Amino acid sequence: MSNSSTIIDQVQQVNGGEAGATSGAFPNTSVQTSDSPILQIRDFNVQAGDTRILKDIHLDIPKGKITVLLGPSGCGKTTLLKCLNRLSDLHPSLKVKGQILIDGEDIFHPTQDLTTIRQKMGLLSQRPFPLPMSIYKNIAYGLKIKGIRDKKVVKEKVEKHLRDVGLWEEVKDRLHGPAARLSIGQQQRLCLARGLAVGPEIILADEPTSALDPISSRKIEEEFLRLKEDYTLIVVTHILRQAKRLADHIVFMYFGEIIEQGTPDEIFNHPKSDILKQYLQSGH
Amino acid sequence: MQKRKLLEEQFFLWLMRIVTLSIILVFLFIMGVIIKKGYHAMSWEMISQEPQGGFYFGKGGGILNAIVGSLYLAAGSTFCALLLGLPVALGMNVHWVTKTKFVGAIRFLLNALWGVPSIVFGAFGFALMAYLQIRASLLAGIITVTLFIVPIFIRAFDEVLRTVPQGLMEAAYSLGANRTQIAFIVFFRQALPGFITAILLAFGRGIGDAASVLFTAGYTDHIPQTVQDPTATLPLAIFFQLSSPIPEVKARAYAAALILTAIILIISLVSRLSTRRFKKNIL
Repeated sequence: MSNSSTIIDQVQQVNGGEAGATSGAFPNTSVQTSDSPILQIRDFNVQAGDTRILKDIHLDIPKGKITVLLGPSGCGKTTLLKCLNRLSDLHPSLKVKGQILIDGEDIFHPTQDLTTIRQKMGLLSQRPFPLPMSIYKNIAYGLKIKGIRDKKVVKEKVEKHLRDVGLWEEVKDRLHGPAARLSIGQQQRLCLARGLAVGPEIILADEPTSALDPISSRKIEEEFLRLKEDYTLIVVTHILRQAKRLADHIVFMYFGEIIEQGTPDEIFNHPKSDILKQYLQSGH
Repeated sequence: MQKRKLLEEQFFLWLMRIVTLSIILVFLFIMGVIIKKGYHAMSWEMISQEPQGGFYFGKGGGILNAIVGSLYLAAGSTFCALLLGLPVALGMNVHWVTKTKFVGAIRFLLNALWGVPSIVFGAFGFALMAYLQIRASLLAGIITVTLFIVPIFIRAFDEVLRTVPQGLMEAAYSLGANRTQIAFIVFFRQALPGFITAILLAFGRGIGDAASVLFTAGYTDHIPQTVQDPTATLPLAIFFQLSSPIPEVKARAYAAALILTAIILIISLVSRLSTRRFKKNIL
């Protein structure tokens, strides 16, 4: 915590104490990925009252890759993530402008079917929130919402997705026991399995390991690396090492703006902007 | 400095102990008085029979009419309060959660209603009866008591629903659940113990209130057969018998108070035990 605040101070000095002065300083931030993007974010702005939380975000998320949103606390990465599946709707104070396109469809279009959009994206939050029901029902619930009621199919899917996250062996004897009794690390993997069961294309992870111990964190990270064969992942983190371990593509954000983006090699070994250099030097 | 902190700590520790103890003592004192004064009048006859001729002069019979009447009335109005209140409480916390001003206004109104004395509801119920052309009856009593306890039920349940973490709501939305599914499956389950508490609170206020049923439910020595019959209630049974100069009848008032307390205790215990198995799923 203290680390990131010192960076902010330093960077504010570099920029003459004006955070907004960074805008336009690094115009060369367009994407250079050959793959077709699954998500296209265009002129995206979010405002809460007089505070601009996200400023002119223009970003393509490559398909089948892990994109890491990196930056200090309060730089808008979580807000951006939550706008992707329109959880921003739950905060009436947020004013959203711009477009986010998934498969060419605008997520923020007024007639957009929210259920479909949200089922295309699984969310993994900072802390696990298992639904107040059994382990089995936690996963079956999403299937039920999708209209899958055939007990045999549900049972197979529950097992498959618990295996996917490496939880099956640990819980197969207490599937009908309460999910709340699992350890935090197990709960987080259960939440991942629950999200996968709905059949998303994208997995959104908001600092998914911040509440976990090192071993559980490592399990989640290994899971992510396996999952990118079938899914697109967007991971929010402020941990440099985690970004290094996971990312195919890194987007460095600062005060609601994208400062720089590129491959881990470009970001870690050849940073262009002073803000990123400072952030990297702060270590983590 | 260290010593002062220690002293402060000791002071508040003892303050809490004394206050807690005195509350328990007051409770035990009340129970003791009721039991001591009502014990002699307690009998199987008291809870199994309607009043016989001369009951109010100390002769045979019991207060089954009031026991059953009160149970009918409280159960009926708790059920109505539930039907009216459940959608409001869930709506305030799920469907309209982004409309903060609207929900704030509802909360303010409900708080105001919670504070209105029951005799005012009684008077309102009385006026309503005249308008609807119904006489003092179980129905009129249920309507009045429902109006009286509905704000209590909603606010009590609402307070628990407000503690459901935002992350749980976001998780359920992310699975593609709609608002009604979230309200009834996620929020309702998560807040189930609070729901039971809210019901008990409403039921307890409903069964224990005298002023709201004084003009609306009437009083009779018989168990009501239809909702249009007048009905006796325990609080009024206590009230009428306690105002009698005859010692035997006065003792019966305390016995009735004991029965009322026992009913609330039993219902509270049974519902808490029966919901214990749901609690394990809660975060």
